[in-house]
Amino acid sequence: MRRWGLALLLLLLAGAAEAHKPSDSYLVLRVEGARVEGQWDIALRDLDFAIGLDANDDGEINWGELRTRHGDIAAYALPRLKIGAGRAHCPTQATGHLVDDHSDGAYAVMRFAADCGSAIESVSVEYALFFDLDPQHKGLLRLEHPGGTVTGIFSPEKAAQEFSLGEVSRLRQFFDYSAEGVWHIWIGFDHVLFLLSLLFPAVLAFRNRTWHPVERFRPAFWDVFKIVTSFTVAHSITLSLAALGVISIPSRIVESAIAASVLVAALNNVVPVVMAGRWMVAFGFGLVHGFGFASVLADLGLPQGALLVALVGFNVGVEVGQLAIVSAFLPFAFGVRGTWLYRRMVLVGGSCAIAALAFVWLLERVFDLKLIAV
Amino acid sequence: MVGPGWRLIPGLALLAWAAAAPAAPYLPRDDAQVLERLPVRAGDPAWREVRRLRQELSRNTQDLGVALTLAERYYGLALAEGDPRYIGYAQSALKPWWDAADAPAGALLLRATLRQYLHDFDGAIADLDRALAKDSRNGAAWFQRAVIHIVQARYPDARRDCEGMRGLYADLMVLGCAATVEALSGGAEAAYAGLRRALDAAPAATPTQRLWVLTRLAEIADRLGLPAEADRHFRQALAVGIRDNYLLAVYAEFLLDQNRPAEVVALLKGHERSDVLLVRLALAEKAMGLRQAAGHEATIRARFDAARLRGDKLHLQDEARFTLQFLKRPKEALKLAQENYLTQREPGDARMLMEAALGAGDPRAAKPALDWLANARHEDVYIRRLAEQLRKTAP
Repeated sequence: MRRWGLALLLLLLAGAAEAHKPSDSYLVLRVEGARVEGQWDIALRDLDFAIGLDANDDGEINWGELRTRHGDIAAYALPRLKIGAGRAHCPTQATGHLVDDHSDGAYAVMRFAADCGSAIESVSVEYALFFDLDPQHKGLLRLEHPGGTVTGIFSPEKAAQEFSLGEVSRLRQFFDYSAEGVWHIWIGFDHVLFLLSLLFPAVLAFRNRTWHPVERFRPAFWDVFKIVTSFTVAHSITLSLAALGVISIPSRIVESAIAASVLVAALNNVVPVVMAGRWMVAFGFGLVHGFGFASVLADLGLPQGALLVALVGFNVGVEVGQLAIVSAFLPFAFGVRGTWLYRRMVLVGGSCAIAALAFVWLLERVFDLKLIAV
Repeated sequence: MVGPGWRLIPGLALLAWAAAAPAAPYLPRDDAQVLERLPVRAGDPAWREVRRLRQELSRNTQDLGVALTLAERYYGLALAEGDPRYIGYAQSALKPWWDAADAPAGALLLRATLRQYLHDFDGAIADLDRALAKDSRNGAAWFQRAVIHIVQARYPDARRDCEGMRGLYADLMVLGCAATVEALSGGAEAAYAGLRRALDAAPAATPTQRLWVLTRLAEIADRLGLPAEADRHFRQALAVGIRDNYLLAVYAEFLLDQNRPAEVVALLKGHERSDVLLVRLALAEKAMGLRQAAGHEATIRARFDAARLRGDKLHLQDEARFTLQFLKRPKEALKLAQENYLTQREPGDARMLMEAALGAGDPRAAKPALDWLANARHEDVYIRRLAEQLRKTAP
């Protein structure tokens, strides 16, 4: 009979892809010196299932019923959380009980303290709450320490985790964000094309309405140096201001202005207007590109407490990525600067192509359309 | 621009939690203040039975019979209440057999059911394969595998599974299984007529069977563009009197498609605990300009955020729907619908992808769904209409 019962239940299943709120607890640990202050939000429903809170069996849990069980809750939960620092074990003790509401109901909020004896450099957490009753339960940890915030998800498969604090994780964060910066400049076609459009003429000189190759490497190098430096300084300024929340500009305006900057820079190679002052163009539009970088950084998320690390890391990454592009471009361009191919095909043809692409981007971004895949 | 960020995404979700801390914890003043209402009343006889079984199992965790009964009860509660916590409880009851490759057939079957719920379709299929290798006359295993193959749009496999049910299940169910597959792969009209006749010819069908067949009939009629018939089947299914979240969800969707939001609000009143239903309720409220919509929006967002925090991906279709139709953010919705379509391939998932692609002005993103449509010869007025629109907007 039972087989049949199960089969009937299955009948209901066809396609049922239900999604609700499974059981989670929210654990916050704040590390200060040798101590850890903790706050643990545990769903009343889960506690009721584990130790029974509804004393009068009326289907409701009131504050009186919860309040009288605080000791039991601490005795049940705290042994299922083991905190360690290096080799030291940090015994925990409940310090207070409150209540909070999460999206799926009321939670008991238990505050506790753990003493690790000496300054904490790394924290190990072993989490086992409810795993025996509900293997789908997860513990969501936020670990705050003077160097930043790290997060972790505990499940029966990942019940023990170690978090190193301080310098190491800072450095790691710095490199993570640097890598993102490098990557972003490489795949950010609009930034690259803007820069290249300004760099194309660096190995040439415009005299008597036509282009001539420069004689020596030095002036070409300094031209490139001025352009790249002013672009860098400008976008660093706006990237920082935007990332710190000092200025905020709607992304559609920023993205449109970036497209316009590419268009202007490319057209300037076809119909030269500004030549010696291209570093000023780089600076002016660099301000705009900085806002574009900032929106990427915002998408990546800025760690509270390590804002500066992330910001500087990302910016350094952008510069490194940019430098790589320039150091590949300059020797090549200098080598072929005297050829017809470079002056006509690369400088004029390439710039026309860039201008056309930038024009499409501009239309797309201004009117919020999707015309091409890039 | 999104690409490189993916590595940081799990961290990002948690950072979002860091930023959007919930309301501050508080100290209630009055002992009588009710903090939480439990979904099942302790006095409920069914729940008393669960309690008894739980105690019995705790005395001997190796008792397979008790473990299976208890796990089935929990699973039934998960479906009836739309509450995933019971899935974990059921898994826990099956603990001694959860990782065992050669578990008894009963445990394999239930394990497959739970894995299916958790969207581990491959794991579920592997369990059912094992169960059928032990005993090819296990009708439930055939049927369940058919259901999963339907979800995965593997119709030839599903057809074979339906065939395997023959002689092991009521004829009505065997036919219903086959009709569901045919209706999804080019033979909707014949399947609909056949299944209707079969239901009329089976007055002795159990309520659960009737509910299942009527729900299938309603869905097929709806896709065939027969809203009056679909509506009638839905009402008949509701009249069976078994609470079924899936039925409520598809009927609500149907009513929203038919531009009848007031009926959705009436239908789903009191079902706010289920995310699936709450999303549909909020859409109806928004369509009617009701004030409750804002409150429900906040709840839904919070629940999606919470799911993302724990790394869950069970709710992507609904999140895409909510993002597209309620929040009106087509680009985000498209990303969600695309991710969803990687694992979920039912008509509803295809439709979601197509709607999102259309909304985002990116018709090419709907290609996987259009490819499926071309191969499956799937008949569905909504999906056909969408495919037509997509073809027109494609460059």
